[in-house]
Amino acid sequence: MMSSRDSILSQIRQNKPEEVALPAVTTFASNFANTEDKFREMLAAIYTEVIVVKNLEELAQKAEALYQGIVNRATTIPALSAWADFSLNVSDPHELETVEIAIVQAEFGVAENGAVWISDQYLPHRVLPFITQNLAFVIPRNALVDNMHQAYVRLQDTLGWGCFIAGPSKTADIEQSLVIGAHGARSMVIFLLEDE
Amino acid sequence: MSKTVMEHAEASAVFNRDEPYVNWHDETLWFVRQKRDKSSKQLPEWEELREAASGIKHYVLAHLDELLISFEQKAKENGVQVHWAANAAEHNEIVLGLLKKHKIDKMVKSKSMLTEECHMNEFLSKNGIEVIDTDLGERIVQLRNEPPSHIVLPAIHLKKKDIGDLFHEHLGTDAGATDPQYLTEAARQHLRDKFLTRRAALTGVNFAVAETGGFVVSTNEGNADMGAHLADIHIACMGFEKIIPKQEHLGVFLRLLARSATGQPITTYSSHFKKPREGQEMHIVIVDNGRSTQLGRKDFRNSLKCIRCGACMNTCPVYRRSGGHSYHNAVAGPIGSILAPNLDMTKNADLPFASTLCGSCSNVCPVKIDIHEQLYKWRQVLAKEGYVPKSKEIGIRAMSTVLAAPRFYQWSGRLGRTVMRAMPFMVNNALNPWYKQRDMPEPPKESFRDWYVRNRKN
Repeated sequence: MMSSRDSILSQIRQNKPEEVALPAVTTFASNFANTEDKFREMLAAIYTEVIVVKNLEELAQKAEALYQGIVNRATTIPALSAWADFSLNVSDPHELETVEIAIVQAEFGVAENGAVWISDQYLPHRVLPFITQNLAFVIPRNALVDNMHQAYVRLQDTLGWGCFIAGPSKTADIEQSLVIGAHGARSMVIFLLEDE
Repeated sequence: MSKTVMEHAEASAVFNRDEPYVNWHDETLWFVRQKRDKSSKQLPEWEELREAASGIKHYVLAHLDELLISFEQKAKENGVQVHWAANAAEHNEIVLGLLKKHKIDKMVKSKSMLTEECHMNEFLSKNGIEVIDTDLGERIVQLRNEPPSHIVLPAIHLKKKDIGDLFHEHLGTDAGATDPQYLTEAARQHLRDKFLTRRAALTGVNFAVAETGGFVVSTNEGNADMGAHLADIHIACMGFEKIIPKQEHLGVFLRLLARSATGQPITTYSSHFKKPREGQEMHIVIVDNGRSTQLGRKDFRNSLKCIRCGACMNTCPVYRRSGGHSYHNAVAGPIGSILAPNLDMTKNADLPFASTLCGSCSNVCPVKIDIHEQLYKWRQVLAKEGYVPKSKEIGIRAMSTVLAAPRFYQWSGRLGRTVMRAMPFMVNNALNPWYKQRDMPEPPKESFRDWYVRNRKN
């Protein structure tokens, strides 16, 4: 007897339509007047604050001011190690359940939708940006692309795992009323780092 | 579920008993449709994007075998285990087998319409496995022992009071509480505990990339990621039509998906899975369940282009006024009505008739499926193969007799108008389906033909 794999494939071969080519055009340019302005505009609409910082020193000051009085602060950024009080050096990701705020280095942002790309390359644990109660990303100020087509030009390899994250977690499953903080982060801040 | 299945028209009549409720349902979905319009108009290239998406999906249908083989090979190279299921039963057995192998009897699940189609939760529950749906809307309908009524908005048929009462009973929220913020917080606490204690997570797949062996899962809540990144074993289930050729094509589809679904420029999370994390097992189950048959139906194969955005439901005047449950199929609305007869013509013969054929569904479809034309074509197939209900068949036959004989047509028109004028109760009664929820129009004094004949003489 044929395996399910082979019987599915053979039925597909028998039933598939005639050969066609891929469409010639599958990418488009967005031509925003100002990419960063668009990025900010999209993030404002999804309850995300964008803060420009000149250098890592200013980042540390801003982090201190913004998350005053919060315990269980974690970060992947060495310059913030004095600010953090929670070590990400754990073997079991379940131990991250008490993280209140994580400030995490990420790769780049997308202006058309406010999404930021984060991947295995920047994270000791994949669950960190989801399990933390509050999330902040730090990306270079010049690391912004206009749209998703450009994003995938940049992302030749998505690594083992990666994610576009646009704003805090949300749901509108109860009578279409928007509620921020479904299962993931309850708040999101994006630091645009000028230096480097 | 296991309730007696009512036909669409019958179930719609029940849904329409409460007029203010139906109006609310109608307006809520129309609001979502308007958000889609606003969002799509932000992109000057919107129509070109739809064309590109439709073209890519057309290529997919013509190369499905090669693309699936490439996907399988790459996924295996990435350390992912690939399974193939010819039908729902085999899919369910594969999932059960994986759980049994790991001695797991509790699992979290994020949204997967495929597992609804396969009735997986019921099957696993009968085999001693507890499945917790983690999407808020899905958790709500699961606690109510109901299927989702919409593929993107599973609890869209419920008012916040219904949910408040439900959570009071199951999650111990305050009696009478209806604040969505408060209720969502209660669900967050309840489900966080599940995420932290379950060793297996099942997710759906929005797109699987043949070129890389990776797959993308989109959510707003973050539930797919919370489940998958904490569990020892991640099982991702996909209908085989979810395949796309190249990673760059995600640019096209992710730009269309959320804008079409809810008007958002992108969902909060678009998670790209390729390799399991260290110490984790990752499985992909590729499911046929009638799809290869649909592929062979020339008139209907385009339905396999669907990316499950739900835009056709939000815009459909019949869906909005009959509710998702009246379609008695995992996927409701216009797209569900062209997918369902392929699965079972006897059970789903009513669905292609649950449409006005207005064409709004085809106009909003991000992959340009000719939905209303397929609905029309299904009617012919179903009638020809004898699946059309007797009442409808008698009506159609009577109609064709009248329309085929001009003199008889003129006479019956005159008779009808006279009867409606002289004895309105003959049509304004419960036996006339056109009288439901509306009054019959004033009959004109004469037909257009009579008027034309009279005026031409002058």
